[in-house]
Amino acid sequence: MAAGPAGALSARYIAGSSPVHRLAPQAKLVAVLAFALVVVATPVHAPWAPAVYTADLLLVLGVAAVAGVAPGRLARGLVVEIPFVAFAVLLPFVARGPRVEVLGLSLSENGLATGGGILAKATIAVLAATVLAATTEPRELLHGLERLRLPQLLVQILMFMIRYADVVGGELQRMRVARESRGFRGRHLGALRVLGPAAGALFVRSYERGERVHLAMLSRGYDGRLPQGPRRAVPATQWPTALSLPASAAAVLGAGFLLG
Amino acid sequence: MHVPDGFLDAPTSVATGVAAAGAVAVALRQARQELDDRTAPMAGLTAAFVFAVQMVNFPVAAGTSGHLIGGALTAVLVGPWTAVLSMTVVLLVQAVLFADGGLTALGTNVTLLGLVAVVIGYGVVRALTAVLPRTRTSLLAASGIGAFLSVPVAALAFVGLFGLGGVADVPLGAVAGAMTGVHLLIGLGEAAITVAVLGAVLAVRPDLVHAAGHLRREAALARRPGLEPAGVTR
Repeated sequence: MAAGPAGALSARYIAGSSPVHRLAPQAKLVAVLAFALVVVATPVHAPWAPAVYTADLLLVLGVAAVAGVAPGRLARGLVVEIPFVAFAVLLPFVARGPRVEVLGLSLSENGLATGGGILAKATIAVLAATVLAATTEPRELLHGLERLRLPQLLVQILMFMIRYADVVGGELQRMRVARESRGFRGRHLGALRVLGPAAGALFVRSYERGERVHLAMLSRGYDGRLPQGPRRAVPATQWPTALSLPASAAAVLGAGFLLG
Repeated sequence: MHVPDGFLDAPTSVATGVAAAGAVAVALRQARQELDDRTAPMAGLTAAFVFAVQMVNFPVAAGTSGHLIGGALTAVLVGPWTAVLSMTVVLLVQAVLFADGGLTALGTNVTLLGLVAVVIGYGVVRALTAVLPRTRTSLLAASGIGAFLSVPVAALAFVGLFGLGGVADVPLGAVAGAMTGVHLLIGLGEAAITVAVLGAVLAVRPDLVHAAGHLRREAALARRPGLEPAGVTR
């Protein structure tokens, strides 16, 4: 279990008051999505693509430095990439097309370019999303998604999930402590005989808690919508500040197209 | 297992995004019929459950470990529409809070893990329980097969998307073979844990298993001899 005592979902958040922390969540969401779109739009076969990736990487690292996100945190964010790194590393070996000799290995030129491109794009996008998660509380992100007109029912499901992920995760953690203090070691497939029923019990407890929560909410006048507090006005300068990241990346990409 | 940014080209990402948005819109409407006004709390708690269970790694082989994807299990437990919503929310949280799965690939991930896995898993379970005898064992067997198939089929759907909009020129047959091989193994783990979880829930609260509706019987109240309250005469 990766979750610390602070909870599984808020574990990625680093409290702070940097300019990035203070931006409105919806502006940050749009900025990161637009940035990822620009990065993905970079053509992998262009000779100037590596220069654009480098510039994009520097942009993200710059934002991370402003936000005070430590390099170690960024590196840990990259762990999710591992399964696809394996895929990208295999590409030069299996792709078709003209081949080049690198260190005595016959590699596909096309595969090298696309494998490298996939790795570069995924890494830059993961770094950007890591900075977003490190500077925005889960609850703030929820408000951001709501302001971006995500359907109301989906927002509520998300809200319940974010509120209960830590509760359900805590239940799981206590079950694990109980198992291991009775000598359980899940080192072989036989562990499934223990872990399966544990997960089953977790589902029953989660579902029953959901029913109790729903009844408690009904008795307090819940009618299918949640009362919303006053909406915080977003200062006019926040959108341009947040969008400067994708705008710079787009400028770099445009320069690549013009000069390359 | 999540598709990151930049793996598929823009038209494919947009197309899967539209497909995912359409499916979620239908699911939002249909889930109200499964759960009516309980939709938000129950789907939210199911999502929290899936999220928590995905953090439990079980040993596979040679020191590697895997975790549940949960599409088929969730569909059998809470019904397909609620399952689509729960899986979508889990994927959204993973993309936004954990950078697991790209933001531009969110539609692709929802289509593969939320839609294909759920539809295949639930479809197989419904088809098999319709022909198998109405017993707990056949529901468990059907769920195991559904969970097992949902994983390689989702992987094959990914290979198909990669063939349509992949950025690399690779022999698709080889990729499909490798992906299917790996995911058949992962599917075995998925099936084992799905059956174990379902067995446990069926033993305690069979009424919570959506796909076990056909197993439910009217409670039979039998008179037990010797337990009549005092003063009651026959």
